[in-house]
Amino acid sequence: MTPVETIERLQLRFGDAIGTPVEFRGEYTVTVSREKIVEVCRYLKSDCAFDMLTDLSGVDNYGDDPRYEVDYLLYSLADRIHLRLKVHVSEDDLTVDSVAGIWRTADWHEREAYDMFGICFRGHPNLKRILMWEGYPHFPLRKDFPLAGIPSELPETAVDAGKVERAPMLGGPFVGGTGTRHAIQREPRHYDTIAEQQEALKNPIKKEPV
Amino acid sequence: MATQYEMEMIDSASRAQQAMEGELHGEKMIINMGPQHPSTHGVLRLVVELDGEEIVNVWPDVGYLHRGDEKIAENMTYTQFIPYTDRLDYLAPLANNVAYAYAVEKLCGMDVPPRCKYIRVICAELARISSHLLGIGAMAMDIGAMTVFLYGFREREKIYDLCECICGARFTTSYTRIGGLANDMPDDFLPMLRSFLKDFPRTVDEIDKLLTRNKIFIERNRDIGVLSKEDAIDFGATGPNLRGSGLEWDIRKAHPYSSYEDFEFDVPVGTVGDCFDRYLCRMEEMRQSVRILQQAADNMPDGAWNSPDAKILLPEKKATLTKMEELIHHFINVTEGINAPPGEVYFSAENPKGELGFYIVSKGGGAPHRLKIRSPSFVNLQLLPTLAKGHMMSDMVAILGSLDFVMGECDR
Amino acid sequence: MNERVQTAFDPRIEGRDVIVTRLDAAVDWVRRNSVWPMPLGLACCGIELMAVGASRFDISRFGAEVMRFSPRQSDLMIVAGTCVYKMAGAVKRLWDQMSHPKWCMAMGACASTGGMYRSYAVVQGVDHFLPVDVYVSGCPPRPEAVLEGLMAIQRKIAQEKALAAMKTGERAGAGWNPVQGPIIVRGEYAPRFKGDWIR
Repeated sequence: MTPVETIERLQLRFGDAIGTPVEFRGEYTVTVSREKIVEVCRYLKSDCAFDMLTDLSGVDNYGDDPRYEVDYLLYSLADRIHLRLKVHVSEDDLTVDSVAGIWRTADWHEREAYDMFGICFRGHPNLKRILMWEGYPHFPLRKDFPLAGIPSELPETAVDAGKVERAPMLGGPFVGGTGTRHAIQREPRHYDTIAEQQEALKNPIKKEPV
Repeated sequence: MATQYEMEMIDSASRAQQAMEGELHGEKMIINMGPQHPSTHGVLRLVVELDGEEIVNVWPDVGYLHRGDEKIAENMTYTQFIPYTDRLDYLAPLANNVAYAYAVEKLCGMDVPPRCKYIRVICAELARISSHLLGIGAMAMDIGAMTVFLYGFREREKIYDLCECICGARFTTSYTRIGGLANDMPDDFLPMLRSFLKDFPRTVDEIDKLLTRNKIFIERNRDIGVLSKEDAIDFGATGPNLRGSGLEWDIRKAHPYSSYEDFEFDVPVGTVGDCFDRYLCRMEEMRQSVRILQQAADNMPDGAWNSPDAKILLPEKKATLTKMEELIHHFINVTEGINAPPGEVYFSAENPKGELGFYIVSKGGGAPHRLKIRSPSFVNLQLLPTLAKGHMMSDMVAILGSLDFVMGECDR
Repeated sequence: MNERVQTAFDPRIEGRDVIVTRLDAAVDWVRRNSVWPMPLGLACCGIELMAVGASRFDISRFGAEVMRFSPRQSDLMIVAGTCVYKMAGAVKRLWDQMSHPKWCMAMGACASTGGMYRSYAVVQGVDHFLPVDVYVSGCPPRPEAVLEGLMAIQRKIAQEKALAAMKTGERAGAGWNPVQGPIIVRGEYAPRFKGDWIR
């Protein structure tokens, strides 16, 4: 079965919940509505032989609405095809149903998405932070969290290592400064003239001192 | 970081009654292994619930090496991120470089010349040998066979010499670039490689003689940590962990990249799925890597080692210093990065630890909007509770060694 | 009667089998030639540390082969690798558990200053919470540089006032003496071994 056939079957069965597929460099991405994601995944695993969940990641599209998305990369060992499912999640209702019951590997991936973005997965057996320590108050991969970090308390440490400090960026060698503005705003080639870029930067999406 | 765990506390009267009735249950003990521990292969913390010597449950606690690579990637151009990929799986830095370069090249829709592909194959296979030597060495050392570790390091020093010859750095190489390599292979590299390949199979045979029929090694690894095929697929295990359980799936054969379809090699597959099978898979993979290296060294094509697309690659230094257009290209490439098209790609390579994948979301421009690293060690480490239940405490060490994970990759 | 009186110093004995020296020097000599490292191999530098312990670079010729992973049994804590905030508490606890005399080497760029990881999760240098004696730069430092760092610690130990420290229970003389201070070793220091093993 090719990815195109799979998407056709999905559209037949789930109708409106499946968006138009996008193809880029031989990979197929299909948007699935948030309510139906578990059903779609279950159908794909049982009927279309997508037995492996290769990757599950969150993406923060700061400035878009809905702001977040969760990407599922499925793989079929028998047919040797990949398929990507995309679920858009808005900032107001930051929850998705968990697929940890379908593929057990989603367990840690979803914990990481929660840790980095704050996306809650309903029905997850153990939704705790995994890479940062429990009780860390921020979600690091959000675009409005600066790369240098925000000073916070460090619980449970032996002696005075008890403060998380900002890393010294020193106007760093990084592209366009820390990740507070929308990535495309930083790109000089995105604009036709310098005046246009200056104009756009007058209204940055969010500005934070480095 | 304190977590509440439920433990059953039985008062002494009922405990005595239970003892009289035959089944003596002790209290379960919860101990903490790591994050600093000689056998946890890096900074991994395990919370183990024990019933005497028997493991009832284990909760891995990762994140003690989380350095924020993915956030850093959003603030760096694609080329600036290459040194960070070295330090992902730091036992095989060249393999990570190769995987990342192919991922970004897939995003840009560019192809590299055959010479570049063959050199990258050589890099990846050297990294595979290097990683397996340390993986087997660390596994054997934790079980008690220290010699193998030192023999492995002796060979790894030779591989470090090869790395130093090709790119100047022993260890964290940063050798590939988007669209090619940092520099062409020097002339004395292939003779050095050939003489390494002449001596190396002897060391593999030595390690074989020391371990494979060693009664103690077999007793400590046979039927320990058995992973069924269904579990392996469900947990997304890849690499020798998946192949040890009987599924023949290798990205180099399933989705060949970097001209792997030109090479003749076999993929070792286990049967039982225990620690011993995973160990045998790694040993045989080293031998197959030698085969691939021999073929690559014999059939190395001549020609360009960088893609001709000057907009992506840095132009030649001579041209940069004398011609205007190349100077402008160089300037823009270094300061603003390559101009990648908007889109999303996922590329995965068969790394020694498993499938290393890069999921790049690009909205155009020189820096990615999101770079997710699909790390094999992160996924393989989830297997630990399933594998370790029911075994003894000292089997935990064997299981950890056979899973062969690196915390740099797991935590990124 | 004229008898030959045996003086205190008999060159037939003391020239060969007996050495007279200060207690400080003797204790320092013993300490510096048997520094037992505790390798805190956190990340990639840990692999280079293993290479230092392996046969080509051989840390055991400096008396430091015994890599004790237990803090109670080691003298030198080599922080090899990136220390993240989550791990910092454990590192500090390990340092506190080590008994005097103890020294600390920050191996690599990440341990010295946070290295190239200027991010929210990484402690920008392990000296934020540990008293570091020697910083070895490099990413990772060449094993020869690590050995040079070890020799720098040995030179530091040679100038300690061991007796005074034993009396007061803490290190006196070296350590945080501003004249002595932390030492910085360049990580690319390396004599080249070019292809010896081929022949």
